[in-house]
Amino acid sequence: MTLLRAGRWTTLAGLALLAGLYVRALAFTPVERFQGPAQKIFYVHVPAAWTTMLAMGLVGVAGILYLLLRDRRFDRFAEASAEVGTVFAVVMLTTGPIWAKPIWGTWWTWDARLTFTLFLFLLFLGYLTLRGAVTEPDLRARYSAVLGICGLVLLPFIHLSVYLFRTLHPRPIVLQPARPALPPEMLVTLLLGVAAMLVLYTGFVMQRIALARRREMEAHDLA
Amino acid sequence: MGEALRDAWTIARKDLRLEFRSRTAILSALVFTVLVLLVLNFGRDPTAVAARDLAPGILWVTFTFAAMLALNRAFQLELENQALDGLLLAPVSATSLYWGKLIANLAFVAVVEAVGLPVFVLLFNVPVAHALLPLLGVIALATVGFVAVGTLFSAMVIRTRFAELMLPVLLLPFLIPPLIGAVQATARLLAARPVSEVSGVLRLLAAYDIVFVLLATLLFPHTVRE
Repeated sequence: MTLLRAGRWTTLAGLALLAGLYVRALAFTPVERFQGPAQKIFYVHVPAAWTTMLAMGLVGVAGILYLLLRDRRFDRFAEASAEVGTVFAVVMLTTGPIWAKPIWGTWWTWDARLTFTLFLFLLFLGYLTLRGAVTEPDLRARYSAVLGICGLVLLPFIHLSVYLFRTLHPRPIVLQPARPALPPEMLVTLLLGVAAMLVLYTGFVMQRIALARRREMEAHDLA
Repeated sequence: MGEALRDAWTIARKDLRLEFRSRTAILSALVFTVLVLLVLNFGRDPTAVAARDLAPGILWVTFTFAAMLALNRAFQLELENQALDGLLLAPVSATSLYWGKLIANLAFVAVVEAVGLPVFVLLFNVPVAHALLPLLGVIALATVGFVAVGTLFSAMVIRTRFAELMLPVLLLPFLIPPLIGAVQATARLLAARPVSEVSGVLRLLAAYDIVFVLLATLLFPHTVRE
């Protein structure tokens, strides 16, 4: 089976999981007591946010591996991961305000975590812009690897520096010691959401890599 | 190590001598800095907002723009007559080249800031004498962070299309941690708060400088050599 077809099937599986997530979140998960139905967006928003961070991390790791091994496959993976990560960042940045409007009473606030994710998104855009501005493939691979690694190192710094401001965002509710945990029904729904997003991410990345390969082959044929 | 630093110093001296002889870049950067300060002054309502409330933001927006201008210049001037190829053929390591450019850029930005700070104090009537030393420390730490990343990126963007636009797009997200730290520290220092209150910020700035100078030193050779 080619990578493109495998990617399509993976994406399809991800979409099925996503449909399952919607059904479970809306019909079989209890309504949160204080936030009401608005809280349901949590099951899409949080997995999308985690996937975005994973995508950025993998762009950096792929950059390190490319500079060490000079294998073009790592560059193709980094490109795909950055593009797919941008899509998940958009999901995160649109579902967030939709939730924030009824709960916080405002679409956007300069809260630490919001600012952090916004810069994550802008980092992705800068990365893709750089890729678009370099035509020579080897140069593009090296430049984007350098930028990806710098981005990976930058993230903890943005994380630290935005915490110099006060934060309004809900505190961590899954990995937290000494606070009441998420009820098990909600946790299962959240984990289903994470699974759906990760399978979708994998499917998208596989298809994007297949596309990049085909483009390279066409460019090679023309040359 | 000693030889690498000597080579770096040679490259920095070459850049600075070039700058000193033509003076176009430094003069335009200085005029630009003063103009940004003037523009920002007219961007506020003096009856409604006190200058001191806006001062840290104004100072750092100005310095950020000025640094960006300086960084665009660093490798741009090596494009003429394929000077960059000459530099790469010369028996100096890529690390020395990075350090040389870093030193020259730091000197350039330092001159701009040395002129910008008094003009800022004068125009916005913000007393800084009581916290001058810690303020200079904050400026130095933040500037090293800006310039370390900026020098690395400016070597990349010169070979892209729209280089002048590409540098700010890539660089600004990287300026956020030093910028947030610098603005917070400046605000506290101008408000005559004790220096101990900004020690956390200073540590963050110092950590940023160390990490990114090292990272850029490691990565720079990959941007100029095959």
